[in-house]
Amino acid sequence: MLKRRKGSAAKKSPNSEPQLDENKEKKNNQLQEKSNSNAANLKGNVNFNSKSNSDERLRRKWSCVDNCCWFVGCICSMWWFLLFLYNAMPASFPQYVTEAITGPMPDPPGVKLAKEGLTAKHPVVFVPGIVTGGLELWEGHSCAEGLFRKRLWGGTFGEVYKRPLCWVEHMSLDNETGLDPPGIKIRPVSGLVAADYFAPGYFVWAVLIANLARIGYEEKNMYMAAYDWRISFQNTEVRDQTLSRIKSNIELMVATSGGKKVVVVPHSMGVLYFLHFMKWVEAPAPMGGGGGSNWCADHIKAVMNIGGPFLGVPKVVSGLFSAEARDIAVARAIAPGVLDIDVFGFQTLQHVMRMTRSWDSTMSMLPKGGDTVWGGLDWSPEEGHECSVKKPRNNNMQTARPNGTGNSANATRVKYGRMLAFGKDVAELHSSEIERVDFKGAIKGKNLANTTCRDVWTEYHDMGIGGVKAVADYKIYTASSILDLLHFVAPKMMKRGDAHFSYGIADDLDDKKYEHYKYWSNPLETKLPMAPDMEIFSMYGVGIPTERAYVYKFGPAAECYIPFQIDTAAEGGDDCPCLKGGVYSVDGDETVPVLSAGFMCAKGWRGNTRFNPSGMRTYIREYNHASPATLLEGRGTQSGAHVDIMGNFALIEDIIRVAAGATGEDLGGDQVHSDIFKWSERIKLQL
Amino acid sequence: MAYILRFRKLCFLEPVKYSSCDKAKADEKKSVETPKVENEDQGAVSAVLEENTKRKKQKKQPKEWRCIDSCCWILGYMCTTWWLLLFLFHFLPGNLPGLKVPEPPGARLKREGLTALHPVVLVPGIVTGGLELWEGKPCYEDLFRRRLWGGSFTEIFKRPMCWLEHLSLDNETGLDPPGIRVRAVPGLVAADYFAPGYFVWAILIENLARIGYEGKNMYMAAYDWRLSFQNTEIRDQTLSRLKSKIELMYVTNGNKKVVVVPHSMGVIYFLHFLKWVESPPPMGGGGGPGWCGKHIKAIMNIGPAFLGVPKTISNILSAESKDVAFIRAMAPGLLDSDFLGLQTLEHVMRVSRTWDSIVSLIPKGGETIWGNLDWSPEEGHVCDSAKKTQHQQHLDNNRKNENNSKGGTSFRVQELTKYGRMISFGKAASDLPSSQLPVFGSEEFVRGNSSSNSNSSCGDVWTEYNEMTQESIKKIAENKAYTVRTLLDLLRFIAPKMMKRAEAHFSHGIADDLDDPKYNHYKYWSNPLETKLPDAPDMEIYCLYGVGIPTERSYVYKLSASGRCKTIPLQIDSSADGSDNGCLKGGVYFADGDESVPVLSAGFMCAKGWKGKTRFNPSGIATYIREYMHKPPISLLEGRGLESGAHVDIMGNVALIEDILRVAAGASGAELGSDRIYSDIRKMSEKINIRL
Repeated sequence: MLKRRKGSAAKKSPNSEPQLDENKEKKNNQLQEKSNSNAANLKGNVNFNSKSNSDERLRRKWSCVDNCCWFVGCICSMWWFLLFLYNAMPASFPQYVTEAITGPMPDPPGVKLAKEGLTAKHPVVFVPGIVTGGLELWEGHSCAEGLFRKRLWGGTFGEVYKRPLCWVEHMSLDNETGLDPPGIKIRPVSGLVAADYFAPGYFVWAVLIANLARIGYEEKNMYMAAYDWRISFQNTEVRDQTLSRIKSNIELMVATSGGKKVVVVPHSMGVLYFLHFMKWVEAPAPMGGGGGSNWCADHIKAVMNIGGPFLGVPKVVSGLFSAEARDIAVARAIAPGVLDIDVFGFQTLQHVMRMTRSWDSTMSMLPKGGDTVWGGLDWSPEEGHECSVKKPRNNNMQTARPNGTGNSANATRVKYGRMLAFGKDVAELHSSEIERVDFKGAIKGKNLANTTCRDVWTEYHDMGIGGVKAVADYKIYTASSILDLLHFVAPKMMKRGDAHFSYGIADDLDDKKYEHYKYWSNPLETKLPMAPDMEIFSMYGVGIPTERAYVYKFGPAAECYIPFQIDTAAEGGDDCPCLKGGVYSVDGDETVPVLSAGFMCAKGWRGNTRFNPSGMRTYIREYNHASPATLLEGRGTQSGAHVDIMGNFALIEDIIRVAAGATGEDLGGDQVHSDIFKWSERIKLQL
Repeated sequence: MAYILRFRKLCFLEPVKYSSCDKAKADEKKSVETPKVENEDQGAVSAVLEENTKRKKQKKQPKEWRCIDSCCWILGYMCTTWWLLLFLFHFLPGNLPGLKVPEPPGARLKREGLTALHPVVLVPGIVTGGLELWEGKPCYEDLFRRRLWGGSFTEIFKRPMCWLEHLSLDNETGLDPPGIRVRAVPGLVAADYFAPGYFVWAILIENLARIGYEGKNMYMAAYDWRLSFQNTEIRDQTLSRLKSKIELMYVTNGNKKVVVVPHSMGVIYFLHFLKWVESPPPMGGGGGPGWCGKHIKAIMNIGPAFLGVPKTISNILSAESKDVAFIRAMAPGLLDSDFLGLQTLEHVMRVSRTWDSIVSLIPKGGETIWGNLDWSPEEGHVCDSAKKTQHQQHLDNNRKNENNSKGGTSFRVQELTKYGRMISFGKAASDLPSSQLPVFGSEEFVRGNSSSNSNSSCGDVWTEYNEMTQESIKKIAENKAYTVRTLLDLLRFIAPKMMKRAEAHFSHGIADDLDDPKYNHYKYWSNPLETKLPDAPDMEIYCLYGVGIPTERSYVYKLSASGRCKTIPLQIDSSADGSDNGCLKGGVYFADGDESVPVLSAGFMCAKGWKGKTRFNPSGIATYIREYMHKPPISLLEGRGLESGAHVDIMGNVALIEDILRVAAGASGAELGSDRIYSDIRKMSEKINIRL
């Protein structure tokens, strides 16, 4: 408002010019005629004359531009008026309207529990996931001048539109080291503001924070462990000392709150990050934090993982392979011109791919556990899952067949184990009928890249046509062969990633090699800390189709494009409702399949296993997805979607109860809606 | 028909009104034209009345264009040009060829090869730190985690009473009132900008970033500046947090000691921290002796209020400082009367009296430091710089005369401003020799019957003045002149609750024996005259402050006219003006300083109190004084100036930033060039007789 007014004051002079001119002319007329006649008598007449003169002139002057201006003026004044009304509106008005339409809203969980008498007890630590944390600029190239300490990621993303290439350049990391490129420093925003809202109005942690504040939490006993989610976990310590910072803050909060242990609430990739932290903090000094073997037992009461991709996310595979997730794939099919062609002179997808491939952290979410967990060519733990929500669920499906002795009669059985398949038919055929040619030996052909491709670099250009063809000839990739595929397709990225992450299953957890930090974020290759009193919760949404496996095809054969893309034409039809737009989906929270989020708590860590030597208790809390009833509810209070679940009242209530001192048993133990226990049973894993 | 006529009339008059409104702001030329236009239009109205029936149809269309439409037209025109300009502005290249932005010191020093070495801790002062709401009354339900203090302050205008209620603290405990939790904003955002565009730390942060600082080695020790220092630990554990942060930064930056940069009140807050951190637990932080020596390389105090700020007194007494007093004189109706139904000053007073921290800024050291009825260390200061050299000789003569004839030549002695009289009633009282002043002991203040004064029609504005009788207020005024010592008694009398609360947290004296165990109590920790500096011989203490701006030092008061309601009975006598050396202006005597803190308060400890091995500085920590001569910005483009010496604007002073950067990058005080002094601080300090 103030700005506008200032602006209008500054421009008053040019605006009043036409008026002034008019007045002057009138005055001239007046003066002339006044000199001729008796002013008193003729005044009316004179004025009338001059008036009609100016009217004519006016009518001529009111051209199209004036009409436009008039229109804009109308809109502006209306807008200001509404803005004024909006500002003068009492704060409770929207709520009042909502309640008038939908009936009284339930109390937010914080208010409800505050009435029950719950108060702040254990300090709370939030660990945000990938993408949701804000990043700000500390040092940049000349194109980003004036953006010092402004958010490049999170917030309004205004810079993406203004200077897209500059933005991509700054958000990318160095291709060799996975750290800052020279001359650029992007750092995570610190404090609760780092991830309370991702964009204006799009909450992430804000609702949870507000509810915790209702029972007495504030800045001193809530801590947002913001980290740079682009770089690998150990590098956050190497570059920013983020892990040390978290350790020191947790110690401080435990000390200042009278020895109360903290409740940790990680979300999405934060779950893996915190897994890494728990190993790091107890590991001896140069590589770890040197906290000693009791640190976790002494400082942590519970870890409440929200939507945790313990065993990885299939979405990441398509993201790394062809920079597309389902949403983008659809856009690509509907409007091939928009994304594929050089919009505004840049190749959007290629740029995105180049940028995301420089982020090491995405590799932490590649599916872990290989075929044992994710299924082989003819077998997968989820097989028999019904995708159609219309059909009544029949839970007494046939039991899992041992080792898939081909039964082509049952065509509806989705072979989820084939995470990537070239062609729909290939995805459904029995394994013995598929001819596969090993691609690993294939020689990468001549460099595809050529000067016409501008400077967009993707590693596909190094592959050559032979390489691309070899990849497609292998036809089917399971979880373990996908790793080989990525090694072949993106050797640089995977080389960086292999130094920081591992995707296997440990045979012997006492092996010395597992003391290396690359294993710390893989729950199948680490032991949980010795902390028998600690509790681990796995909280996630269910009831939303979630990407699990893909059907691929060749992309357009032009030189500058990514050679593979999801075959959006592949539809399952009535036979197989799980296949839609080239994607096989399964139960989950839209991003993380149930298997990944729940397996560790359902089986891997349940009781005294080799992964959980101290036998800490694990609980599964599933939240059935219910979409918001009306638009007024915003993103819903019963949502189960990966990020929207942070506004789920039931989940918030669980967290608050635990923060106020409840145990998992007090909450009611497990709460399961999906088939996670059945699926877990099918996974043959030595425990 | 009548309706149409009225409508037309309205149409015709509307633009005239519009323009005449504008004229108020516009230049005179236009306003000469307005009456004519008006006449003409009124004539036109009559013409219309005459010709109405004949030419109704032809004229209707164009006439209607002239009124609301032209308003819309103008608005539209303005909006479009505004947007166009905004659009162009965004496409403006960062550096226009014509405009040469001076190179920031950080960039220059980076080319010299300076890089981030020591972690930096920033300690903001009073008022500049942001405060946000965590729990509020229903009137502020929707403002969760929004800033109440700092930022755009829009909430003041929207819901002023609610705002005041939330910013007040409890009158008894000095902590949160029940149901309200207002907390300091954490992180660098707490005090980088106070309001949009009004930088505090932002420029320093930016320059530090240029030589490689970032979030991991820079920490803003934000605290709730309304609370007393020890209460920030009790309520928020802010001191523990600061300790843990410094330890963390020390370890993660390769065992490099930190450089602390406190500003304004942050200086005494950090002084408090220094004592707290080495004291044993329940009261202290338990870091043990040597903590400071191990973790701190240098403390670079900016605009330090070591010995207090005289401005605080007028603030407590009558909620006014120079600027407010001026407004009060110019527009007595604006602040004194119930502006929009509020008694602004009274409300401000009530709120600010609940803030304990203000008491920490009351002048410390009593008459030894601040002077008594007849003497002050600054006497002989010349405020008008033009007269300065001429006066200097005159002054020397003056001194001699005085020594020779022992006050016999009283007319000459009067020329020396008696800064020691912090408050005097009437201009005369501030000039008279002390023998002619009536003197009352503070015991004579008698509290009247409070009930007689409470007047229900005055609203619920509570100030402690309401509990005082007219007689006792008169009595106050009869005492004529107050020095720092008697002033404390006065404050205890006027604001008993506040002083009772605050004196449990702060002390304003000078210690006789620093080894007395009573000085282990936290109330002495923020007074440099009642504490020893920690044992850290390698540490350095800097006093960085601006000079060359007249700074409030003492006041001439008067009783305010007793209005309908009980307003504040005292106010600055802004009619008291002029003295020979131009130090008295609008009821305020000025001394050299940075607009808020007088040189004496900022520099004395570094110039004398801690210089060398003294009893306040047993380990002989090196101290340096760096003064920055104030130069107002040359052009508007410079904003608040690159060489400003004003209390807050100095944070953008290029020379000061360079000093801080150099120290942060490893330089010592000697390498900076040791002391740099423009003011008379050395001379003033010498005049102060304090046992060291």
